[in-house]
Amino acid sequence: MTTIMISHLFLQNYWWIIVSLLASLLVFLMFVQGGQSFIFTLPGSEMQKTMIVNTVGRKWDLTFTTLVTFGGAFFASFPLFYSTSFGGAYWVWIAILFCFILQAVAFEFRSKPNNVFGQKTFDVFLLINGALGPLLIGTAVATFFTGSQFSLNDMNNVKWASPWYGLEAVLDVRNLALGLAVLFLSRVNGLLYIINSIDDEDVKQRSLKKLPLNAVLFLVPFLFFVIAILLSQGFAADPATGTISMEKYKYLHNLIQMPLVLILFLAGVVGVLYGLFIAMFKKSNSGIWFTSLGTVLAVFAVFMLAGFNGTSFYPSAYDLQSSLTIRNASSSLFTLKTMMFVSFLVPFVLAYIWYAWKSINVTRITSEEMNNNEHKY
Amino acid sequence: MTENIDLTLLDWSRAQFALTAIYHWLFVPLTLGLSFLVAIMETIYFRTGNEEWRRITRFWMTLFGINFAIGVATGIILEFEFGTNWSNYSWFVGDIFGAPLAVEGIVAFFLESTFVAVMFFGWNKVSKKFHLLSTWLVAVGSNLSALWILVANGWMQNPVGMAFNPDTARNEMVSFWAVLFNQVAVDKFLHTISSGYLLASIFVLGISAWFVLKKRETFFAKRSMLVAAVFGILASLMNAYTGDSSARTIAKAQPVKFAAMEALSEGKTNAGLIAFGVLKDSENKIGETALKDFIFKIEFPSFLSILTSGDKDSFVPGITDLVNGNTGYNVMSFEEKKSRGETARKALIGYKAAAKEGNIRMRDSIKTIFATQSFQDDYFRYFGYASIVKAEDIIPDISGTFYSFHFMVILGFLFIFLFVLALYYLFKDKLVQNRWFLWLCLFSMPLPYIASELGWIVAELGRQPWIIQDLMPVSTAVSNIGSGSVMATFFIFAVLFTTLLIAEVSIMVKQVKNGPQH
Ligand code: HDD
Ligand code: HEM
Ligand code: HEM
Repeated sequence: MTTIMISHLFLQNYWWIIVSLLASLLVFLMFVQGGQSFIFTLPGSEMQKTMIVNTVGRKWDLTFTTLVTFGGAFFASFPLFYSTSFGGAYWVWIAILFCFILQAVAFEFRSKPNNVFGQKTFDVFLLINGALGPLLIGTAVATFFTGSQFSLNDMNNVKWASPWYGLEAVLDVRNLALGLAVLFLSRVNGLLYIINSIDDEDVKQRSLKKLPLNAVLFLVPFLFFVIAILLSQGFAADPATGTISMEKYKYLHNLIQMPLVLILFLAGVVGVLYGLFIAMFKKSNSGIWFTSLGTVLAVFAVFMLAGFNGTSFYPSAYDLQSSLTIRNASSSLFTLKTMMFVSFLVPFVLAYIWYAWKSINVTRITSEEMNNNEHKY
Repeated sequence: MTENIDLTLLDWSRAQFALTAIYHWLFVPLTLGLSFLVAIMETIYFRTGNEEWRRITRFWMTLFGINFAIGVATGIILEFEFGTNWSNYSWFVGDIFGAPLAVEGIVAFFLESTFVAVMFFGWNKVSKKFHLLSTWLVAVGSNLSALWILVANGWMQNPVGMAFNPDTARNEMVSFWAVLFNQVAVDKFLHTISSGYLLASIFVLGISAWFVLKKRETFFAKRSMLVAAVFGILASLMNAYTGDSSARTIAKAQPVKFAAMEALSEGKTNAGLIAFGVLKDSENKIGETALKDFIFKIEFPSFLSILTSGDKDSFVPGITDLVNGNTGYNVMSFEEKKSRGETARKALIGYKAAAKEGNIRMRDSIKTIFATQSFQDDYFRYFGYASIVKAEDIIPDISGTFYSFHFMVILGFLFIFLFVLALYYLFKDKLVQNRWFLWLCLFSMPLPYIASELGWIVAELGRQPWIIQDLMPVSTAVSNIGSGSVMATFFIFAVLFTTLLIAEVSIMVKQVKNGPQH
């Protein structure tokens, strides 16, 4: 290993890219949550509900595992972020975890006999996870741009300055805007996934009817967030000294100075819009292919804006110099290098996930399958 | 380092971690073992093409699924708790500890969750061969997740493969292989998975026995019992063997825990191994803490000395020796360790001060000292002692550790006996006549769960006050949040997990009563 000359700088960037990739895959995979959030409003019959729950349900574990791996990878590569954010914004993260605990059992238990609390309870669990999960995650990620209330001492131990331990984030409309955007993006992706994988004309019509409003409710807060961030001050880190300062139009500068990110971002937005367009106007079943790719690209670009080009990705509005950058928050050279070798397994993992996914999705879900399938949610 | 952390915060944080870990551990061992049992059953189906085996496989698979979901639900909270409740810890060692957690996600959890979907939903969609492969991959994946988390835990019990970096004020990894092949981690992994296999075997045995008692599905039940008994006897032997080697490793790596496991107050040569005993407070105290005497004990003479070093004349240090030191046998005292830890801490403070003043020469010279092996081995190794106030604080709860350990071991030997009997009756085809034995199997079902939780209590209680042995006491690891918040989340999790457990057990019982379908 020692013979390979790779700089710490390179690896910090590399790991920021991996973490961003996991985050963007996670946002796309939250179509599962989006689908869940329609559990009481979309289906026209019990059978339709069963089909919808089973369609997204077969993927829940994947979303969940991506969240877990995102957490683990962030811990290994930027431990100071892990200790600062989780140990400080306590209530936000606990609330997120709480939603996910509810989800993990709800699918498996909802339709089983003798489940004590009744199917309705578990369906409400699915609704809570479906609505609150994406909303809270989006709000938490927005603080990457708007800053949090913490300071670090010289042993790098965190102290949170707000008694709300993170919940104060909802007071900033920009944070809420991103939360709503992620929520409605998940819902849009959920609808498109349902259209794609359920073979039922009525379900399709019902989903199409819901699409325009949800698309608008995604686009408005999303554009608001993007414009507000591009026009506001940002947290700049001096590459030489690591000193943090406020810079006007910082994120706009980042976008202009990193044209590749700009291209990815625009491609992402176009992808989402195109997917919406063909679903709504061409009645195509393939919208999800474009919105999913678009989601991944756009979220990825947003993470690039937060971390690269001398920017603090986890800024403190309370004590500027405590802000975290991918330079000061990362693991050692050795650990990042070891983890790089581990990351070479990722394409292999993606390949088998793809293969297994295809083999389960070969046929679209029908009501017959729901009637005779032996294992169902 | 300890900025007036109040004790209630510490206690609630510990209580919360213990609660969530104990809940997680109610479900994990069954996943570890049942995944293999199901894979073996499906292999028999694949080989014989006998539909009866498909029915058997699917029955146990359904139970697996119910248990798996709640295992996952309780796991996610543990992972994030390192950040939320032990954030100072997470920074201090994140460079090392984070890596196995990340590898776990990438290597194990994805494998498990991807192929679980194929296993449940693929019966009519993928080929028989691919389905069988998926079932095996679920078993491999779940056992790999055990591997990585136990590597992480093993490192906390016996920190290896790292060096302290004064610049960042934390430990950094220098050898991944040393972390992975840490003797404590290897023992832990083998002992833990075998305990999971054993637990799952008794689970299958117990439920099948119920069917035989009810005269339902006798063919199905006997087949299941055969697979479970064969797998179980191997697992229980491996469990006892690896438990024994765990104890030997602990004698070296964590001598205080070892002394607590045996309630050994004064060190001895020819030390006896206690089969069982009852403790009382001794007159002998260290500070405020009373040591323990035996009211009565059953003892194998000299066995403890032989066990730890192969020689009956070898000395096994007791709690007193480990606190006060014993120069005759080369045991370092608490005071000596504390003074070494303080030397290391002073060097760190000096380093920080020099860096702040811009005294480059001073800074670099301290850094050079830090980097030497002898400084790391002789001084930094005791870094955590600098934060410990009183000598008695390094003594864990002796009774708790002692009783947990001994009940676990006694149960471990009973299980071997249970599997031997099960095999005997199965081969003689005398199961149905021996109803007492069937009842015994049924009522044994909770026992491996108890043994398993007790094992963790030995491991975790016995290492107090350390979160990382000798380097970091639990009190300096905790996140600086209001104790009210942690108390609130403790109750939220307690209520939520208990609620879910009730639902799980009720569903499980119903599925068993419904019996195998089609
Ligand atoms: C069915 C469960 C079960 C059974 C019957 C046994 N164990 Fe165990 N034991 C565990 C389940 C377990 C465990 C839950 O898996 C632990 C907790 C931590 C660990 O590494 O494994 C454990 C821990 C543990 C430890 C402490 C490890 C540490 O502190 O790191 C020792 C020394 C032993 N065991 C020894 C034994 C011996 C000598 C047994 C005699 C047969 C035995 N165990 C039976
Ligand atoms: C799943 C099985 C486990 C069980 C049942 C378990 C049990 C416990 C218990 C009872 C305590 C409380 C000890 C005390 O405060 O007196 C504890 C503490 C703790 N354990 Fe475990 N443990 C398990 C696995 C692990 C693993 C795998 C790790 C690390 C990777 C770990 C890390 C910790 C930490 C950080 C604490 C809190 C600090 C402390 O009090 O020592 N545990 N655990
Ligand atoms: C305190 C330390 C622990 C942490 C942080 C932790 C973390 C997790 C997480 C996040 C999950 C959900 C994974 C998913 O998305 O599928 C999980 C499940 C699992 N964990 Fe743990 N875990 C701990 C202790 C253990 C131990 C000690 C073992 C085994 C020896 C273990 C074995 C498993 C297995 C087999 C699963 C699969 C689901 C199931 O339980 O049925 N975990 N764990």
